[in-house]
Amino acid sequence: MRYLDEYRDPVAARKLVQGIERAMTRPWTLMEICGGQTHTIVKFGIDRLLPKALELVHGPGCPVCVTSLEVIDRAHSIASRPEVIFTSFGDMLRVPGSQGDLLELKARGADVRVVYSPLDAVELAAKHPYRDIVFFAVGFETTAPANAMAVKQARRRGLDNFSILASHVLVPPAIEFLLQSPANRVDGFLGPGHVCTVMGTEEYEPLAERYGVPIEITGFEPVDMLEGILRTVEQLEAGEAKVRTPYRRVVSREGNPHARDLLAEVFDVCDRKWRGIGTIPASGYRLSESYRAFDAASRFDVETVETRESPICISGEILQGVKKPLDCPAFSTACTPQTPLGATMVSSEGACAAYYAYGRHLEAATTEVAR
Amino acid sequence: MSQPLTGPELAGSCPIPKSRYPEITMGHGAGGQLMEDLIHRIIVPTFDNDILAALEDQATLSLPQSDSRLAFTTDSYVVQPLFFPGGDIGKLAVHGTVNDLAVGGARPLALSAGLILEEGLPIETLERVLRSMGEACRDADVRLVTGDTKVVERGKGDQIFINTSGVGLVAKDRTLSIASVRSGDKLIVSGTLGDHGIAILSVREGLEFETTIESDSAPLSGLTEKVLATGAPVRVMRDLTRGGLSSVLHELARSSQVGLVLEESAIPLKREVRAACEILGLDPLYVANEGKLVAAVPAESAEDVLDAMRQHPLGADAAIVGEAVADHPTMVLMRSAVGGERVVTMISGEQLPRIC
Repeated sequence: MRYLDEYRDPVAARKLVQGIERAMTRPWTLMEICGGQTHTIVKFGIDRLLPKALELVHGPGCPVCVTSLEVIDRAHSIASRPEVIFTSFGDMLRVPGSQGDLLELKARGADVRVVYSPLDAVELAAKHPYRDIVFFAVGFETTAPANAMAVKQARRRGLDNFSILASHVLVPPAIEFLLQSPANRVDGFLGPGHVCTVMGTEEYEPLAERYGVPIEITGFEPVDMLEGILRTVEQLEAGEAKVRTPYRRVVSREGNPHARDLLAEVFDVCDRKWRGIGTIPASGYRLSESYRAFDAASRFDVETVETRESPICISGEILQGVKKPLDCPAFSTACTPQTPLGATMVSSEGACAAYYAYGRHLEAATTEVAR
Repeated sequence: MSQPLTGPELAGSCPIPKSRYPEITMGHGAGGQLMEDLIHRIIVPTFDNDILAALEDQATLSLPQSDSRLAFTTDSYVVQPLFFPGGDIGKLAVHGTVNDLAVGGARPLALSAGLILEEGLPIETLERVLRSMGEACRDADVRLVTGDTKVVERGKGDQIFINTSGVGLVAKDRTLSIASVRSGDKLIVSGTLGDHGIAILSVREGLEFETTIESDSAPLSGLTEKVLATGAPVRVMRDLTRGGLSSVLHELARSSQVGLVLEESAIPLKREVRAACEILGLDPLYVANEGKLVAAVPAESAEDVLDAMRQHPLGADAAIVGEAVADHPTMVLMRSAVGGERVVTMISGEQLPRIC
């Protein structure tokens, strides 16, 4: 299949691995930003093909993981209202709030529906004029344009029974936050390919310069990932810290101007609380003044409930690349995809869920027995 | 209410965590971990008997003074929409139960049908479903001989639910069993995976997308007869339904205490199904089928069985996709195209589409 098989080609992959081995003269730690990239690494066993001196740590780029507990509780409170049809991307349904998850709310009678696009939620609003249709608008810059488009269409069509619960997050402030942390040990970044498809790469240049870290904007298939890794290592070995784009087939320096204009029209940048990390200044989108009428949080006047996180869960440290899933005492015992204690186990893109889905815990147990 | 997230639960941490859900969720019916949990924790212990506990697709009971045993199975059908590309709920209700008999090596004899109809269902829709069931019975050479009809108030059902049970005869000396797979056996699937699940998704409200993929719903009795006629010592056959190939392989691995290794590049997939799975963020190993089976056979008979399958129209795309090994008993591994190996875990509940 075109655009797939050539990026999963074993011969190309082997060549890149050899290139990485040749290029390395000392240990390096790289972070992949996106949850999708983490998934590819574990699914294809890419970390195991690499030299031991090269460590991959997993970044904060899983939108489901970093959505704060307060927002999730707010979503649950809205979804529980009888007049509401609550729509969401699939993997938000299993995220536990303080009182269970959306699947449980659904089991108790809430009208919760999975959609593949926010525009489908707009269609529902047209089809059910006497119901309130709320879309759970989470995600990075990648999903934001479609959500902006949904709001814009709803306004154009006069669908005032449509609203979104917006909790968008932005990548560059998160990278800066990680780099400012005293615990940071990341030498170079595999940048977020699809975020940059929308936003372009320009805003990463000051980060690379200020903090002296190379950033290679990387794709999501095995060969893409290995190429990003090789090029980051090459920059590090050469003492360079530039933003470059191996994922050129979809990313340009200016991004998608139409999408960016739309984002500027519909959203304002705001401070945002990240689950497991805390509040990062200017790291989120909320609806701009002229679209505020479509804001579900104010429309339904939801009280902020007090929230409590599991004291055992280390997802914050995992999201910041300080620790890895196997460092957690609860991983695969008290915390599993059926009983997630925290953010990174919940989403299929979370690092803990990826480790679990591809059986890293079973392998760890087997190795333990073999010893 | 979920359990409070407090420390003490970690003490003596059980490797199989207690289910988090105090109520039935959709995931409990999805053929994955949650459903298995329900079966092992509540259902099997309640009815405590070895025939049920064997968890074969069909129970087999001895008959006095006969060369055959009676195979007996039941299944319920709640699919929405009722009509989809390549089939409908009526066809499924016949094929599914026929297949549960056929994979045990039984010749299907007769079916029962229980219909639960929702008030307001157009009679015409019912007729269409029943006509389809009738055709499916003729195709599978089985008779529907007894039935029951109930009507529930509007809103208490979803148009039409169907339960079918089936009986068949299986030769006394036939010993197909999920507990009989041995290290070295080859795994053969009878055709492309995921066609049914993707066909249903393509017409489900809110997810409609254009595709030429049709459900693979079909009676497998002809194919299984062909396979058994080779005389090969087939260990087990299972039809692949909810939970896909992955769920069945986990049952085999656990019941037989063997490890299984799949070769990703050998798994037959239609191009459209593969593309739909990539776009929708689904793994075809977990997507439903309704006319496919997997067989475990000793290595020396694998080519014979493969040839026999390929000679049947329903087995034209059959392929050897992996083997059983002595290492890592109960675990299913897959060698990826790039050369890395990974564990294929059992899915928890429903496959939830990814965000981006």
